[in-house]
Amino acid sequence: MKISKKHFYLLIWVIAFALFIAMPSLVSDSRLKILGKCLSLGIVALGIDLSWGYTGLLSLGQGIFFSLGGYAIAMFLQLNSLKEGIPEFFGLYGVRELPFFWEPFKSPIFTLISIWLIPGIVAGLIGFLVFRNRIKGVYFSILTQAALLVFFNFFNGQQKLINGTNGLPTPNTTLFGMMVGDPIMQKYFYYISGILVIVFYLFCKWLVSKRFGRILIGIRDDEPRVRFSGYNPVLFKTIIFVFAGCLAGISGALFTVQADLISPQYMRVPFSIEMVIWVAVGGRGTLIGAILGAFFIRLGESVVQGLIPGGWIFIQGGLFILVVTVLPEGIIGWINNGGPHNLLTRWGLIKRFIATYPSLEATKNKEV
Amino acid sequence: MDLFFDILFEGISIGSVLLIAALGLAIVFGLMGVINLAHGELIMVGAYSTFVTQLIFKQPFLKPFYGSYIIVSIFVAFIFSACVGILLERLIIRKLYGSPLETLLATWGVSLLLQQFVRSIPLAIGPGIIITFISGISIKNIVNTKFTNYAQKKYIDLSIWVFSVFLGIISTNSIALNISRLSRADSRNVDVTAPKWMRGPIEIFGETFPKTRLWIIFITLTSVIVVLIFLNLSEWGLRIRAVTQNRSMSECLGLSTKKVDTLTFALGSGLAGVAGVAVSLLGSVGPNVGQNYIVPCFMVVVLGGVGNLIGTVIASFGIGIMTDLIGAGRLISIWPDMPNALANIVNFFATTSMARVMIFTLIIVFLQFKPSGLFPQKGRMVES
Amino acid sequence: MRISRRLLAGLTTASLALSVTSCGGGSDSTISYDDEITVGILHSLSGTMAISEKTLVDTEIMAIEEINASGGVFVDGKFYEIKYKVEDGASNWPLFAEKSSQMIDANYPVIFGGWTSASRKAMLPVYEEKDGFLYYPIQYEGRECSPNIMYTGATPNQQSEPATEFMFKYSPAKKKPFFLVGSDYVFPRTSNTITKEQLKKLGGKVVGEDYLPLGNTEVAPIITKIKKALPKGGVIINTLNGDQNVAFFKQIQDEGITPENGYYVMSYSIAEEEISTIGPEFLEGHYGAWNYMMSIDSLESKKFAAKFKKRWGSDRVVADPQESAYNMVYLWKKAVEKAGTFDDEAVRAALIGVTFDAPQGPIKVMPNHHISQTVRIGRINSGGGFTILDEYTSDGPVIPQTWNQFYPEDIGYGCDWSEGGGGRKYKL
Repeated sequence: MKISKKHFYLLIWVIAFALFIAMPSLVSDSRLKILGKCLSLGIVALGIDLSWGYTGLLSLGQGIFFSLGGYAIAMFLQLNSLKEGIPEFFGLYGVRELPFFWEPFKSPIFTLISIWLIPGIVAGLIGFLVFRNRIKGVYFSILTQAALLVFFNFFNGQQKLINGTNGLPTPNTTLFGMMVGDPIMQKYFYYISGILVIVFYLFCKWLVSKRFGRILIGIRDDEPRVRFSGYNPVLFKTIIFVFAGCLAGISGALFTVQADLISPQYMRVPFSIEMVIWVAVGGRGTLIGAILGAFFIRLGESVVQGLIPGGWIFIQGGLFILVVTVLPEGIIGWINNGGPHNLLTRWGLIKRFIATYPSLEATKNKEV
Repeated sequence: MDLFFDILFEGISIGSVLLIAALGLAIVFGLMGVINLAHGELIMVGAYSTFVTQLIFKQPFLKPFYGSYIIVSIFVAFIFSACVGILLERLIIRKLYGSPLETLLATWGVSLLLQQFVRSIPLAIGPGIIITFISGISIKNIVNTKFTNYAQKKYIDLSIWVFSVFLGIISTNSIALNISRLSRADSRNVDVTAPKWMRGPIEIFGETFPKTRLWIIFITLTSVIVVLIFLNLSEWGLRIRAVTQNRSMSECLGLSTKKVDTLTFALGSGLAGVAGVAVSLLGSVGPNVGQNYIVPCFMVVVLGGVGNLIGTVIASFGIGIMTDLIGAGRLISIWPDMPNALANIVNFFATTSMARVMIFTLIIVFLQFKPSGLFPQKGRMVES
Repeated sequence: MRISRRLLAGLTTASLALSVTSCGGGSDSTISYDDEITVGILHSLSGTMAISEKTLVDTEIMAIEEINASGGVFVDGKFYEIKYKVEDGASNWPLFAEKSSQMIDANYPVIFGGWTSASRKAMLPVYEEKDGFLYYPIQYEGRECSPNIMYTGATPNQQSEPATEFMFKYSPAKKKPFFLVGSDYVFPRTSNTITKEQLKKLGGKVVGEDYLPLGNTEVAPIITKIKKALPKGGVIINTLNGDQNVAFFKQIQDEGITPENGYYVMSYSIAEEEISTIGPEFLEGHYGAWNYMMSIDSLESKKFAAKFKKRWGSDRVVADPQESAYNMVYLWKKAVEKAGTFDDEAVRAALIGVTFDAPQGPIKVMPNHHISQTVRIGRINSGGGFTILDEYTSDGPVIPQTWNQFYPEDIGYGCDWSEGGGGRKYKL
């Protein structure tokens, strides 16, 4: 029984990987772009799962870090494709000199670092201040939402510094002598997104399987007890929040090059809350659920939006309510907890198993 | 001195909109600990009910009383939003007490649904649902006292609801037939026009004041006073306070905490409806109207200290005055010869959008020093 | 009886609209076509911009149906029926880019779409990169010229510049100081920069400007600034976005900022549609500037308004953006027929020089992918329309200047996409 299950999972992995490799030759360029975007969103969802699913920190401001990563790469691309002078849009507002904070983005190495470092630092600042004051639970969520609003208004209002609402477009910029919007380039981005999702998934899985992961769960379930045991929860919470921020930044950068544009719209409140629902539907505390949730919900969104305008909002609203009231452990969590089995046996009137917390995939095979 | 009063008035008028919007949230979040992200949409319900009331008063038989529609609409908005609130509490939030993060997600879902509802469904259906709901509950309560036989009760319940649904359909139809705007789905924004006597400037002590703003301040202050009296002097207010302070003890003493919860939530939602009236007087009414208020409202409540109504009042007026000081560039008129470097910074923030950035940053920084707000609740952990 | 008939009519229109949008192009069974061609329509059908952009979709559908009813497009000896596919941009600029690239990949010969400048700016690189072609119908800030976009809205010299000149030289508030109010995005910012430069040349004074973040309706700080900056009346140039106008006009009236007290507002985004939502009692006596106004007293204009009401309901109004959207469908048809093929290169070359008797009067496509059109100034009347000030209407169509001649970096530059022209930006 156990071995066949293992083989079954292995089979799924092999099929998924084969599909991933073969996909560019199966679908059109613009569809591939959508798939690539959905994959890159899996990375930000991983971060949310770590901070919410494992540590209990529900951040409603991941859009900040996501967009910061996106802006970093977009600024670099804008500068990189220039022969001389400054990006064209500055002319619209009568700006003649490059604002000082653009300067370092001329360097590709700085950009590669800043994609994850800047969101990480911002997350660290917000996280440390908030956690040090033992602000937690919903207060943390509300504060991150307020921070999101601050960033949104700032980026949205600063036409002269960062092109305001219009955002920074990327497809007509060049990278390695090629247009970023070019189908070949997009194919690379698709593969990079897919590989990075797998790499980060394995890394996160490794991370939570260590003692570190158990401390995170401890913080989620009973923070005072962790503190009394001699651990400093502030440190752990800050680390995990910074890591989630870094992941969001990387995700944002990958998303931006495939979405053709980074704009303050990604810092709007609904988008950040939508990220949470990916994780909730997939199953918090399962990691793979976060990736699948992000991928399939986003994919579903682009399909439904094409069919019934506005219909997606109904579905999304319904998903929120449904997942919270009926399926609190998410789809993967439900399967892991023997959900299908329970459903089948329910008619046989066998005693039902009730889950209070989403139980964790990582701890399942070990002594708990 | 003139400048001082200018700032005070502008600050209070900006603050009073925030206050009326946040007052309901202060009760729901502050007293019950429920994170209701659909609060903004309850405001929207209030604003739309004002619009519907206005249209109904434009009908020939009510035309002579048109000027008074805004007063009627305050009550209509309160009742409509309260009903939506009760439905929300009974159907969803009740199941999630004690898990605020889950409540937060579920209510966000509700807010999306409500927004899309007004976009894609004829507005006339709204009053129909509310009327069904009200008549169902109230007839049941009247009849309940007389019949006790269980089998009989089941049939009577059923027939009451059938009757109520019928009533709802009739009212939906009669509204839809008479007012064409309500008979079809339309995502365009609608507009509430204040009656003549509420518009234009008014002169008091040689200073002109905008009448609408004065009325909003009046509505806000009245609501605050009524809520304070209700909570502190009435019997139900006593019960609400008892349940919020010690739920299990009140339950032991025979209080129906479920009823109290529903009542508290209805009160909070109803106040959001009143806020909707105020909001509709200032701008246009659309599906997104509530979204603009939700985060600021939470900030007001957290800043004032959760569970403290006076704190909410002071926080909202404080934010109002700060908005005026920073956003309208008053700082320069107060201190005309400030150093150049400082003046540049002040100018940078002297637009409405940047003032928002500034104020929210200030609030976040402030909460680092006083995490539980201006007036922290003593002796009781709000969370955990 | 009267009432039920009205409901019935409403229901029929609704179901008609439904059936039309769902099957994509109503076809008239009495006319036979040799072939069909599908064009793309890309506007926001959901989200904040849906309010405005839906009216454009309605107009474009009406224009397509009209063309079909008159036999379709005649290309290369064959009559083509126009089919259309409506896509939803959902008020989300990146989504506009995404949908555009999908539609170009799906080989639509042309795409009609966009409203906000932000959405156009998001789409532009996609069209240039993939070499698609977009018709964009809204008046905008100029300073842009793309070989892949046809702009049928007004450039600043076809709307804001004559309006500013009128306010400064001839309006009741002439020679008084100006205050600029706008929503915080690219059109108001750029348009106001141009206005400031222009006023500098005219000798006028700008005493302040302020921007309201999109979605925010708290206008009290702005009103405070206006009262402080214009104590004795003056001109307010308003470039606020849709619903923010409502808050603005309601509250300025309350504060006594009215024409009676010497304050005149010139708005660039208030058309008949907006007047009917805000209510004429708040707007009476203020000004607007457009190329088309519903009250234009000509046969074409009246026919256009009547056809629209007949198709979409008697309570609907037509306004400048809709007229522009209507024109662009016809301009495309004429260009295709002139080229004799749907091939993009040929159509693009044929497009320049195409003329059309639009509801506003004759228009002509210029080499810079904009159209020459008439400029009109109107005073808002109590009936919810514009009283056109005939003496200030431009003498015939005005040539569009995409590179603004008041803007320091652009003075002396032009754009020309015709054969052997100077391209995007060249010295005149």
